[in-house]
Amino acid sequence: MVVTAFLHGLVALLVAPALVGLIRWVKARLQSRRGAAPWQPYRELAKLLRKERVVSQHASWVFRVTPYILFGTTLVVSCLIPTVLAPTGVQVFGDLIAVVYLLILGTFWLALAGLDPGSAFGGMGSSREMTVAALTEPTMAIAIFALALPAGSTDLGQIVRRTLEMPTSALGPGHVLAFAALFIVTLAESGRLPVDNPSTHLELTMIHEAMVLEYSGPYLALVEWASALKLFVFCVLLANLFVPWGVALSANPTAIVVGIAAVLLKVAVIAVALAVFETRVAKLRLFRVPELLSASFVLSVVAVVSAFLGR
Amino acid sequence: MTPLSALFVVVVPLYALAAAASVWPARRAQIGIGNGAAAAGSAAALVVGAGALRPASDALAAVALLPAGSFAFRLDGLSAVFLVLIGLVGTASGVYAIGYSGDYRRSQLATMGIAQVLFLSSMILTVVAANAFTFLFAWELMSIAAYLMVVTDGSAETVSAANWYMAIAHAGFAAVAAAFLLMSAGELTVGFDVLSKVSHPTALKNLIFLLALGGFAAKAGIIPLHIWLPLAHPVAPSHGSALMSAAVIKMGAYGLVRVSFDLLGGGPSWWGGLVLALGAASAVVGLLLALVQQDLKRLLAYSSVENIGIVFMGLGASLLFRSEGLDALATAALVAAIYHALNHAAFKGLLFMGAGSIVHATGTRNMELLGGLIHRMPWTAALFLIGACAISALPPLNGFASEWLLFHTLFGAGLVARPVIGVTLPVAIAALALSGGLAAACFVKAFGISFLALPRSGEAAEAHESPLSMRAAMTLLALCCVALGLMPGAVTSLLARALVEPGAASVVSAGGAVELVSPSGVGRVAPLAIGALLVATIVLAALVVRAIVGGRIRIGDTWGCGRLVHTSRMEYTAAAFAEPLRRVFRELYRPTEDLVVETHPESPYFIQGIEYRSDVNPWIERVFYRRLSRAVERAGRSMRRLQMGSLHVYLLYLLSALIGLLIASAWL
Repeated sequence: MVVTAFLHGLVALLVAPALVGLIRWVKARLQSRRGAAPWQPYRELAKLLRKERVVSQHASWVFRVTPYILFGTTLVVSCLIPTVLAPTGVQVFGDLIAVVYLLILGTFWLALAGLDPGSAFGGMGSSREMTVAALTEPTMAIAIFALALPAGSTDLGQIVRRTLEMPTSALGPGHVLAFAALFIVTLAESGRLPVDNPSTHLELTMIHEAMVLEYSGPYLALVEWASALKLFVFCVLLANLFVPWGVALSANPTAIVVGIAAVLLKVAVIAVALAVFETRVAKLRLFRVPELLSASFVLSVVAVVSAFLGR
Repeated sequence: MTPLSALFVVVVPLYALAAAASVWPARRAQIGIGNGAAAAGSAAALVVGAGALRPASDALAAVALLPAGSFAFRLDGLSAVFLVLIGLVGTASGVYAIGYSGDYRRSQLATMGIAQVLFLSSMILTVVAANAFTFLFAWELMSIAAYLMVVTDGSAETVSAANWYMAIAHAGFAAVAAAFLLMSAGELTVGFDVLSKVSHPTALKNLIFLLALGGFAAKAGIIPLHIWLPLAHPVAPSHGSALMSAAVIKMGAYGLVRVSFDLLGGGPSWWGGLVLALGAASAVVGLLLALVQQDLKRLLAYSSVENIGIVFMGLGASLLFRSEGLDALATAALVAAIYHALNHAAFKGLLFMGAGSIVHATGTRNMELLGGLIHRMPWTAALFLIGACAISALPPLNGFASEWLLFHTLFGAGLVARPVIGVTLPVAIAALALSGGLAAACFVKAFGISFLALPRSGEAAEAHESPLSMRAAMTLLALCCVALGLMPGAVTSLLARALVEPGAASVVSAGGAVELVSPSGVGRVAPLAIGALLVATIVLAALVVRAIVGGRIRIGDTWGCGRLVHTSRMEYTAAAFAEPLRRVFRELYRPTEDLVVETHPESPYFIQGIEYRSDVNPWIERVFYRRLSRAVERAGRSMRRLQMGSLHVYLLYLLSALIGLLIASAWL
């Protein structure tokens, strides 16, 4: 069990920066730019990890521990989700609800760190980030319920196994609607367009980038790595909860190699889809974002109703 | 010696000592012995309660003290759980008050000391009451104690708050008393054990339930009866606020469990649905109102409305599942509700005491005047942060464990056959999730604005750390937050054994002491394992970073777009932090905005001053009470017509009343 968690954490840790790089590269090509190579984020992380840390004189220990906590929670989350392997039996650590609350734990501390140096940018980012986080949570809970209802469990591995056993359920209305709802949640939670723009630093529309403005050096590396991990986690959830084929069911070497290949392929497809989507849409005004999030909430409620009636 | 007699033999003398010391002429005795004895007595109650966590009840013979009725006491599992809760909060508040009450005058010390003892003893009496007479007596005593506690400061604001409290508490008392009178057919001294065996006609049973629900919801601060709570809790001395928010409002939950589960034995499914809906509304609206507060203690008070709402959601779900015949889920929901009540006692007590430390250090509750306290009050800041994480349901602390269990219980909707319930329960799940997300936002604001960044006033810049006793009390509660979170399996199995029956404990404790298992057995979580994994990754990351760059950190300035001086005016404020959510939920808040721009008489382009004023005007707090107060006024006006000041007319009233009575008596 612990070995599985370790494997999942390792895969996420290694692959996540490439996912961000891939999205940026595809976006650049779609916009007729040459773009940096997909492995550029690794170079950036290596550079940042060697740089000096500069911390504001007004900041407290909260600012200094937050990068570690954020990185730690996101890494733990990526250990808990069935990236490659969905073992039989129930996970010892936690289920989908634990995953959601662990992600909030990271967001909570990052928002505090945004307020800590006393800059208006950080406060603005924190306030907006917490608004978006608070509004996505009901959608996530209901979407989880829509998935857990047919599987009879909130355990991620069980949901994957159940869909594999009954392939037709992946096309059921409950499943498809929950997918749509979770897709919007993914956009909001990982700070993608149209909710937040990951490539701007100096616009007043920014959320995440404003919050982490004061970070530098290894701290910034950890924060960037954590947001890449978070994006990877959501992509894996989208990929494996809804299209679970390829996920290894037992821990034999071939199945694991197939599992890794399958998840890489699926996440790459989602990355390309995200890049295309981000190229096509414009950033929403901040106060229009709640409308998008309530649309995803309605989707998830309809998902539950159809999952319930279609049992 | 039975636990109940131990309770009376040990706790009563200690509380008597505390009361006597509170009115003693020497300040030191008032503060030290008064509060110390109250803490010791509460600790004894905690120990007795912990020893009695089992379903078997332990009764004491009825004691006739007053001609009007006789007192009777009983200690069963449900009482024991609440005894533990009261004991825990009482111990912490007593210890805290030793350091906190130094600034008060002698007369205030006496009021506070008496109020504290009255509070603790009336709550203990409430939970060990074995007949309606004892229960109502203790219930009323509790209201009086709260009144005393609230008016300690003596300002106009406190008196108005206390009057609101008294009005609603008495309306609630009337409802509860009516419920008991109906239940026992007028005989208030009939024991609860006899009452629980009486079966009532359906309509009467529903009426009793509704009256009891109204009364207990008023005590608990359920929306729309919550209006007194954010007025009264903030103005009391902080250990009193902690007692009221952490323990007293739980008495509403206790009363509801005692009456609807124990005495009435459950009811139709709309009972559960009603309680669940009230709880969900309180959870969401309470937090939305908490979010826009600038007064730290008022924010905490509104958040109590949210948490008691979560407790009521659990109770409602339990009633609902029971009426559907899903006993395992009903047990799990009841356990989740009581578990959350216990958790809320720990973290809300902690948070109110943290807020009290801020008031003690700076003299203000207004967050817009705070900031930067983490540098001056490192202990209080760290302890407050633990409480903030716990109340936001962040793993691996205790708020997470109880909300996880409640989530899983509500997921049990999948087992309900009736589509109406199965489809509406997800709305409750959404309410719970929304309140969880809003709680995180609210407590980022509460902690971040008060403790982080630069001080926004001279008082905050000069703040000092609290004395040892205050820190000790907060540390005790913080440790409880951690322990209750890391050992969820142990807590839930104890609760299930105490609340239901030994066999039912297996429903929620299949995973051992450190693991929580969902009632259907398919989801599980081990906060201890998550916490260990988290600590391991954090330490590893820190070691790796240290190995690469060493421990050196350069201290610089906050980046300010080239600006040279950084002042607290450039920080985000509490009001600004909540602004996005205030816009999203504009319909609830109905904000008023007032912008006055003062320009130079020569040219409108030279602005001399800008004044911006904004307030929220939540209709949900007004609509109900405006109508009520109008109706009362109208009734008063029509009554006034009777009173015309002429003695002859009054004699006529007397005469006609007398004749009327004579006729009536002849008739009957």
